[in-house]
Amino acid sequence: MATRIEHTVEEKEGVVIRFAGDSGDGMQLLGDRFTNATAILGNDLVTLPDFPAEIRAPAGTLAGVSAFQIHFAARDIVTPGDSPNVLVALNPAALKANIKALDKGGVLVVNSDAFVERNLEKAGYAANPLEDGTLSGYQVFEVPMTSMTLRATEHVGLTKKEAERCKNMFALGLLSWMFSRPTDVTIDWVEQRFSGKAQLLDANLSAFKAGYNFGETTELFAHHYAVRPAPAKPGTYRNITGATALAWGLIAASVRSGLPIFYASYPITPASELLHELSKRKNFGVRTLQAEDEIAAAGMALGASFAGQVGVTGTSGPGLDLKQETIGLALALELPLVVVDVMRAGPSTGMPTKTEQADLLAVLYGRHGESPIPVVAAYTPGSCFESALEAVRIAVKYRTPVALLSDTYLANSSEPWLIPDVESLPTIEPRFATAPNHDDGFMPYLRDENLARPWALPGTPGLQHQIGGLEKEDVTGHISYDAENHERMTHLRQAKIERIAADIPLLEVDDPSGEADLLVLGWGSTYGVVRAAANRAREAGHKVATAHLVHVNPLPRNTREVLTAYRKVLIPEMNLGQLAMIVRSRFLVDADSFCKVQGQPILTHELEEEIVRRL
Amino acid sequence: MAPDVQLTKKDFASDQEVRWCPGCGDYAILAAVQGFLPELGIPPERIVFVTGIGCAGRFVYYMNTYGIHAIHGRAPAVATGIACARPDLDVWIVTGDGDALSIGGNHLIHALRRNVNVKILLFNNQIYGLTKGQASPTSEEGKVTKSTPFGSLDHPFNPVALALGAEGTFVARTIDSDRQHFASVLRQAAAHKGSAFVEVYQNCVVFNDDAFVALTGKETRVRNQIRLEQGRPILFGENDEQCVYITDDGTLGIGATAAVAPERIFVHDAHHERPGRVFALAHLSHGPKTPTCIGVFRDVERPMYGELMQRQIDEATERLGEGDLTRLLHAGDTWEVA
Repeated sequence: MATRIEHTVEEKEGVVIRFAGDSGDGMQLLGDRFTNATAILGNDLVTLPDFPAEIRAPAGTLAGVSAFQIHFAARDIVTPGDSPNVLVALNPAALKANIKALDKGGVLVVNSDAFVERNLEKAGYAANPLEDGTLSGYQVFEVPMTSMTLRATEHVGLTKKEAERCKNMFALGLLSWMFSRPTDVTIDWVEQRFSGKAQLLDANLSAFKAGYNFGETTELFAHHYAVRPAPAKPGTYRNITGATALAWGLIAASVRSGLPIFYASYPITPASELLHELSKRKNFGVRTLQAEDEIAAAGMALGASFAGQVGVTGTSGPGLDLKQETIGLALALELPLVVVDVMRAGPSTGMPTKTEQADLLAVLYGRHGESPIPVVAAYTPGSCFESALEAVRIAVKYRTPVALLSDTYLANSSEPWLIPDVESLPTIEPRFATAPNHDDGFMPYLRDENLARPWALPGTPGLQHQIGGLEKEDVTGHISYDAENHERMTHLRQAKIERIAADIPLLEVDDPSGEADLLVLGWGSTYGVVRAAANRAREAGHKVATAHLVHVNPLPRNTREVLTAYRKVLIPEMNLGQLAMIVRSRFLVDADSFCKVQGQPILTHELEEEIVRRL
Repeated sequence: MAPDVQLTKKDFASDQEVRWCPGCGDYAILAAVQGFLPELGIPPERIVFVTGIGCAGRFVYYMNTYGIHAIHGRAPAVATGIACARPDLDVWIVTGDGDALSIGGNHLIHALRRNVNVKILLFNNQIYGLTKGQASPTSEEGKVTKSTPFGSLDHPFNPVALALGAEGTFVARTIDSDRQHFASVLRQAAAHKGSAFVEVYQNCVVFNDDAFVALTGKETRVRNQIRLEQGRPILFGENDEQCVYITDDGTLGIGATAAVAPERIFVHDAHHERPGRVFALAHLSHGPKTPTCIGVFRDVERPMYGELMQRQIDEATERLGEGDLTRLLHAGDTWEVA
């Protein structure tokens, strides 16, 4: 038994750790488990997974590096952190791909067993960076993770390859010790995950404990760290990713409307998670259908809506392009349809696992003809839940297709989420037509006070109607090529969407000093970085206001007022200025853009510099 | 099942003026469908017609049922959504050769393989009519049209063979002008549980007149119509003097009944589990210029997609209990903040 070393515990306000390894090394799992232990401890946290599009890129190469970043703190935080304070690199390629990001003087934990000639060569290192002094600016801890994992699991009798795969659990154990994470959460999980598989259970637990004990008993580490729980609103919390929150938001919309969800989708990164999650929830009456293509998925969802369910189809950029014609049909039929676009870097196939928010103009203007649709944009992982509910609410109430925008970063990231009370969630009234609405019978395009048309379900006697993509006569819905009627219908469709502005919250401004000159306006997943950068600028004595759009179409009715109250408006976006273009054309406001299209979220310091530069 | 109220053809006709070209085969089909539907005893509000784009697409406006005139090629997708959401409805697709076999080919084959409970009427006139006369995926090779002034290079689809290849559970062919045959095929299609695919040879008087004259002409039809009858040896001609028989190489051929050994004469079996036998029948002719089979090629049972979907929901609910949102939101690791 090794001697127990006395380690000092250093209190930290917040830490950013990045785990990096080969895509076959289980980095996402390691990150996920570390996150859960951190969440249960009560830290506020934000995570950012970053993995290659290839399922198994050649092992040991730069292309195959998979990483997971977590930012956790004793205070409220909103971004996954700009640069890690701690980098855990399981092989030379992971080191090479990530060392540039590590803070100067930061902690680097490497699996020294992986730094052999073959791996160094694959990573493109001419010399071993552990030996040539290039890492002298960091606190480097060399830990022979592979050999210690093999030794710790020796008694189990796995093959060498199987045993080696447990090294992510060794790393998890070591990091759990370094950052004083609770171990019981992980042990419970391992026991559940490998129940009935005695050997794997034993090996994973042994590796995890060996990693933890290595930290505790070795002289390598002088101290370890503690991050106190963050203050938070009272209630029950869970950790949640944007993908799960969005799927559950759809289920919540089903529960609160009494309408089944019909989710039709074609596999596409990063939207497939929604199909996976919803497919598990059939006991909520959720119908899921993996369609033959993106177009079919949209058509099936629309058919289900016609039949009285909530048709939803989810996709990412390339699939959105294919669904546009069906969105146009839904708009002409004036039926509910929710189109979820989990945006990824484009154009074309682009970078399927990397984030971007460059589909805004596509959902607004990517169809032929005048075809306005409402757009709701989620802004944090947890907000995907309420955004999904909101998208369904608008779709059902106004009988319209709605674009619900998320992105790769939101879908894969996680944060602690205050679980809402189901009874407090909004209810959605389908208000189906049950009887003729006119002396001459049923008029499918006779509108209500919201300009919404009646939703009459097949099976209802006397309300038979035939509708299609051809222009319809106002009120009767009969085919019409009449010039004035077409103009009237075009305006009616536009007015219906514009009127939704009266039914959504005002744009809220955060301007603590009340004297700011500059407004930073965001939408979608830049919410965290806008808040964090503004806070930092304020801490440095600057006056900055922020506002964030959840409804991008129609815009909140006070948007003009908000924008014109500031001398300068800065719009940070992960595109080339799409919201800025809308704001400039709609309000004649000379908004300035800060654009980043690297497939990665905007960093706090980047935006902070942009803010300060404009003051 | 006897209907509560006696329905008539009028109950299924909408008040819209029918606007196809004078003499179009679609008129006969519309009349036949409206005339047949009362037989089913299903009230019009429980029936949904879904169409795509093309002359056939207008069909939906003339039916006093629920209906969607969808976008080009996508009727099977929209209809799949309706049929899966609401297994209680009777869903019909009306489509054309361009709509179903060109732009919408993918949806057609997938609807058939899934065995979605939809009845598909494919009006095949071997031409694009609404766009004024271009070659379609069923136009014959060498066809001269506006888009193919030097003749079409494309090898045409055989719709029945395609549907059989997709393992459609009910596959049939009929002719617009033969009201009796049409009604009998329709009756069998309507009774089928799952996807029923019916190719209708439909004459386009304007752009492809007399494309099917071999099968419809007064003099020629008796020579060229091979009427399939379940369990019967396949004989045709005025006095059954022609037959379909198994040739020496195992394929099917057409011969003089008197010259073929009776045991070689092919006996039709639409209920055979494998589609291979009737696939050979579908290939007796490639295009309706020579003796061609009409009638029900295949009629077999397979579970319906919408039913399977409902069954999964029922089973999941039985196993996991009815969905409880509060429980779902609290599942897994949670923690309290006081």
